[in-house]
Amino acid sequence: MKQQKFISGNEAVAEGVRLASPHVIAAYPITPQTVVVERLAEMVEDGSLKAEFMHVESEHSALSACMGASALGARTFTATSSQGLLYLVECLHYASGGRFPIVMMNANRSLALPWSIYGDHRDSLSQLDSGWIQIYVEDAQESLDMVLQSFAIAEHPDVLTPVMINLDGFVLTHTYELVEIPDKEAVSGWLPPFKTNYAMDFVHPKNMGFSSQPSDNTEFKYQQHRAVLDSISVIEEVDASFGTAFGRSYGGLVEAYRCTDADLVVVSLGSTTGTCRTVVDDLRTTGWKVGVLKIRFMRPFPVEAVLNAIGHVKGVAVIDRDISFGYEGTVFTNVNSALSRGQHNIVKLNFIAGLGGRDISKSTIRTIFTKLQQGVEGEPVKTVEFIDLTVDTDE
Amino acid sequence: MNRPALKTLKKPLHIRDYPVGPSFEAGFLTTENSGWRSIRPVVDTDRCIGCWHCYLCCPDGTVFKNGRVIDIDYAFCKGCGICANVCPKEAISMVREHE
Repeated sequence: MKQQKFISGNEAVAEGVRLASPHVIAAYPITPQTVVVERLAEMVEDGSLKAEFMHVESEHSALSACMGASALGARTFTATSSQGLLYLVECLHYASGGRFPIVMMNANRSLALPWSIYGDHRDSLSQLDSGWIQIYVEDAQESLDMVLQSFAIAEHPDVLTPVMINLDGFVLTHTYELVEIPDKEAVSGWLPPFKTNYAMDFVHPKNMGFSSQPSDNTEFKYQQHRAVLDSISVIEEVDASFGTAFGRSYGGLVEAYRCTDADLVVVSLGSTTGTCRTVVDDLRTTGWKVGVLKIRFMRPFPVEAVLNAIGHVKGVAVIDRDISFGYEGTVFTNVNSALSRGQHNIVKLNFIAGLGGRDISKSTIRTIFTKLQQGVEGEPVKTVEFIDLTVDTDE
Repeated sequence: MNRPALKTLKKPLHIRDYPVGPSFEAGFLTTENSGWRSIRPVVDTDRCIGCWHCYLCCPDGTVFKNGRVIDIDYAFCKGCGICANVCPKEAISMVREHE
């Protein structure tokens, strides 16, 4: 029977994993992801989750263990954050190239130096090219639901690609919400056990993870690219079928809020979107035609969905909780590239905000809309701006 | 002797016929690797006492029993020289290839 629990984002992820019934969990604790690992260990201990919990000495080993289990056709899960994510980067490429449908939760956290345990998106966005599908969620319910959807997407025979679910560190991982926990039997019916033709066994021994020559390497990489592109339709199908089964769906790759008649749109990832919606509602009452576009998947990048949702507007401001030093925010690079394939000439601005856990407040977002309006009116504005700097920079 | 059989891999014509990720039938050998070798082991069968030490130590399983003495499968020997090194009777000498 489905029930409601007052739990944190981390606990919602653990509940989702319990419902997905993986065979193997291998994970190493790191702030702010630790609670996920603790809860899963407790569930295995008390028997509510019948899985093998592998204690490993590092994130590199955690993902390696998941790959080994996945090679045998097991459903696997791991979780990490920040420095831990970077420590397992070698295995990210191994897992995607090996077509192992591992699901990994990442608690978005800043990268050293300076050392910081607080949130931004520099960890996961630095890994867009690793071949993983990347999801950014907004609240605890979406976290739980996307754990379930992620297994369905990753294990789809047309996809066979690992999925990384990103939760904003602390803002989402440590905030408590009322979360609906689906019924275990209903989940088992919706998410059948993982079956693959590519698993290793004693009857059909396989050579796995072999090398390739220049004569074949490009074809393997093309195949991977196609699989991630093909995941677009799978993501939409899975979201729709999840909606039918559990009454909640998220719109697939993006979620557009009040964008249809908007002149100005802010683009955001993850938990910042909620604040943006509130500001949009406030500004709408005073006559501003504004909207917000939440990008739910950074890979595959939703080019068509972005164009459909905001290709008609006058101005787009992209909030990046990251910076590619010496250029611009990475979300902006991607959105800008997608919009450049459209017909309209749009003013596009990039705001670098929320680094190392700095709050992105309603007033920050109002300022962003004001600057975007100035840009649309032809006033001189910076294309890439660090907003909310607390010191003078002579710029 | 149970020598590995070489098979021919037909280059796929369509991407759907490619292995999904690097996963393929085990033991599908398409080439010999004798070309890696710069020196080759040569057995002095008069000195060999058939102790099979080299047979046990060969990392590629290319030493085989030929009657009371050993022989080498040159198609897969990479010329590492371990057999010559472990031989108690110095019955194996490493000879430069192409000489």
